[in-house]
Amino acid sequence: MSNSKNGSSCSRRTVLKSGAAITAASTMPMFYVKDAWAAKDFRNNPGNASTVKFGFNVPQSGPYADEGADELRAYKLAVKHLNGEGDGGMLNTMKPLSLKGNGVLGKKVEYVTGDTQTKSDAARASAKRMIEKDRVVMYSGGSSSGVAIAQQSLAQEMGVIFMCGLTHSNDTTGKDKRRYGFRHFFNAYMSGVALGPVLEKEYGKERRAYHLTADYTWGWTQEESIKNTTEGLGWETVKTVKTPVGAGDFSQYITPVLNSGADVLILNHYGKDMINSLTQAIQFGLRDKQVNGKDFQIVVPLFSRLMAQGAGENIKGILGSTGWNWALSDAGSQAFVKSFGQEYGFPPSQAAHTCYVQTLLYANACEMAGTFYPPEVIKQLEDFEFDGMGNGKTLYRGADHQCFKDVLVVRGNQNPSSQFDLLEIVQEVPRSKFEYDPAIFGGELGPYEV
Amino acid sequence: MFLYRNQNKNKCRDMDTILLQLLNGLDKGGAYALIALGLTLVFGTLGVVNFAHGALFMLGAFCAVSFNKLLTLSKKVKDESITFFDAYKEQPYLEIWLGDTGTTIIDWSVPLSILIAIPVMLLIGLAMERGLIRHFYKRSHAEQILFTFGLAIVLQEIVKSVFGANPIPTPAPDIVSGSANLGAALGLGDNLVYPWWRLIYLMFSAVIIAGVFAFLKLTTFGMVVRAGIHDKETVGLLGINIERRFTIVFGLAAVVSGLAGVMYVPVLPPDYHLGMDFLVLSFVVVVVGGMGSLEGAVAAGFLLGILQSFCSLNEIKAIIPGIDQIIIYLVAVVILLVKPRGLMGKKGVMED
Repeated sequence: MSNSKNGSSCSRRTVLKSGAAITAASTMPMFYVKDAWAAKDFRNNPGNASTVKFGFNVPQSGPYADEGADELRAYKLAVKHLNGEGDGGMLNTMKPLSLKGNGVLGKKVEYVTGDTQTKSDAARASAKRMIEKDRVVMYSGGSSSGVAIAQQSLAQEMGVIFMCGLTHSNDTTGKDKRRYGFRHFFNAYMSGVALGPVLEKEYGKERRAYHLTADYTWGWTQEESIKNTTEGLGWETVKTVKTPVGAGDFSQYITPVLNSGADVLILNHYGKDMINSLTQAIQFGLRDKQVNGKDFQIVVPLFSRLMAQGAGENIKGILGSTGWNWALSDAGSQAFVKSFGQEYGFPPSQAAHTCYVQTLLYANACEMAGTFYPPEVIKQLEDFEFDGMGNGKTLYRGADHQCFKDVLVVRGNQNPSSQFDLLEIVQEVPRSKFEYDPAIFGGELGPYEV
Repeated sequence: MFLYRNQNKNKCRDMDTILLQLLNGLDKGGAYALIALGLTLVFGTLGVVNFAHGALFMLGAFCAVSFNKLLTLSKKVKDESITFFDAYKEQPYLEIWLGDTGTTIIDWSVPLSILIAIPVMLLIGLAMERGLIRHFYKRSHAEQILFTFGLAIVLQEIVKSVFGANPIPTPAPDIVSGSANLGAALGLGDNLVYPWWRLIYLMFSAVIIAGVFAFLKLTTFGMVVRAGIHDKETVGLLGINIERRFTIVFGLAAVVSGLAGVMYVPVLPPDYHLGMDFLVLSFVVVVVGGMGSLEGAVAAGFLLGILQSFCSLNEIKAIIPGIDQIIIYLVAVVILLVKPRGLMGKKGVMED
């Protein structure tokens, strides 16, 4: 206060008083017309624009690039169907349905795409650009849990909803869950529970398992879940070895398996890593081996048709679990396979399925809420129960934003009837088998308003 | 008695494990040595630190991929088993025209592509040296590194735009895609099996290395080149066009690393980034072996391959966790502290 020196009237008290008055005045509308303001003012509010923008952030390079490419196809198809183009796909089978096939809340859907490079920092930078520059109301994408978790926490910071694509770590809706993140895909815990009885039936109670595990959040939680399941059956865990993601040549990790006394190799790898490690394991003759008087077996807990395609012959007879398969015969799956196949000339992968469904679910929730205002959309998604999108009746559990739906145990098909018929469904495991208590994985969703 | 037998069995098993890991190290080392050999050859003759050398390895791998794609150019045939939508199978023209012979040719595409890769890589090498790298001989090493690194990125992006970002699986011929039961062959028990293709790769790299050494040690051309490495000016004064010979050596280095890439394709499906993955490693190999030393590069390549493989053993990882991922760099640090010129480095190289 330079004035106070020459004795002017501006005292400390008047400054404080006027300061308080200004603060009170500026916050006034917040108290009295909260709803009117809140419903309008949020990040990337499309307002009166005739279009609304979604962001699709998928790995277009790196070890999960194949999955990313298929996810992108599914997103493009979902946007088409939302805008009332094409044959409508699952809009014809989804129940309950609020979408009208005229975009979302009357606004035509547009989209931007980004490359996560299967790296957390690149994914965050790309997502940030989508939010700040392209002003997307929602973004989505996946294929690595580390990347999904990084994007999900960004979503919470920025107040823009992130619909997870393919991510299978327990942490995504466990210790790292967020109010602004939703996962339709299943998780490693569910894979373990689903695989358990089949492993027991096929391979018995006395087995010695050796794990090779991708060294990041997904690998760790899957190893833990599968280990718990198999040890529950009475199997012994000989060794668990972490391998770097994108290692390429896994041979130095496979050679120690040969003489370890193990008779089952469990590959907690995904995408290109799984294709390489499985191919190399088979080149090293693991499947022709006899150990402890039993045939040596390989298990890949998380499977996809794209990986089966990359691994070719090597996948035959190998057990794993998958979220969805194009051979399912329910109306929703068939409608999706039909429109995807007509568009691209081959059936969709499980990654494509979850991304397509996530886009429709978000759009449907906006339609139900009557606004794009995220807290209202989130409330519509939480505990939303729906059917007709593959996997039977599905619940989006509000407590951890995890979907509960049937999981498939599959086996690499020995005698494929067509070039796409690579996985044979061994068992459909109903969701009631693994409806766990959300508290077991910890974590906090965080606030609605950010 | 039972206990004794069990101990004996365990001993046998340990023996197998060590042999397997040794083989694995040798086959990794074969690739490292081949790449490092070309790199150190270029450095010794032209004095250029070539960061685009990894890209040459990658281009070699893509020679095999392109040749395979060329052979499998296909006609689209409708797949009648899919009723939901129109799906098409691909049938290669080669199979339509030649029947079973066509299938065999496609099956053997990787070894066959060596024939294509030699002239192609030689041309790429000569064009690179005459067109670009030649202009950087008189510049500082820092400028050479910046330029060649930039060149590597350009080559990489070109391959990415043509072939996409995904790795492209290109299998080995069916007959050698399984594994060899070495244990039975050597009378050591059934646990010692090793994939055929990796054994072939090891053999192949030994042949190429022997070939390069024979070329440099036993021919007049090689003798002149070696003399040029020692004292370029004197050789020039004798009326020999040493520059021209060095250009040919660059082409040779490109062929060596290109062939290393071709044969590596069945081991690891290549993508555009393959070169960069190997570049850092091969530099470490060259530095450990001694800049400009051919014997050093080969020895260091095999040494590091074997060390990397042994450090992935569970018994060793139990003592020092994560050692498998850092061992190579650890060794490089130790060797450079103890022997600053590398294992077989000569005085005066890169010290001006």
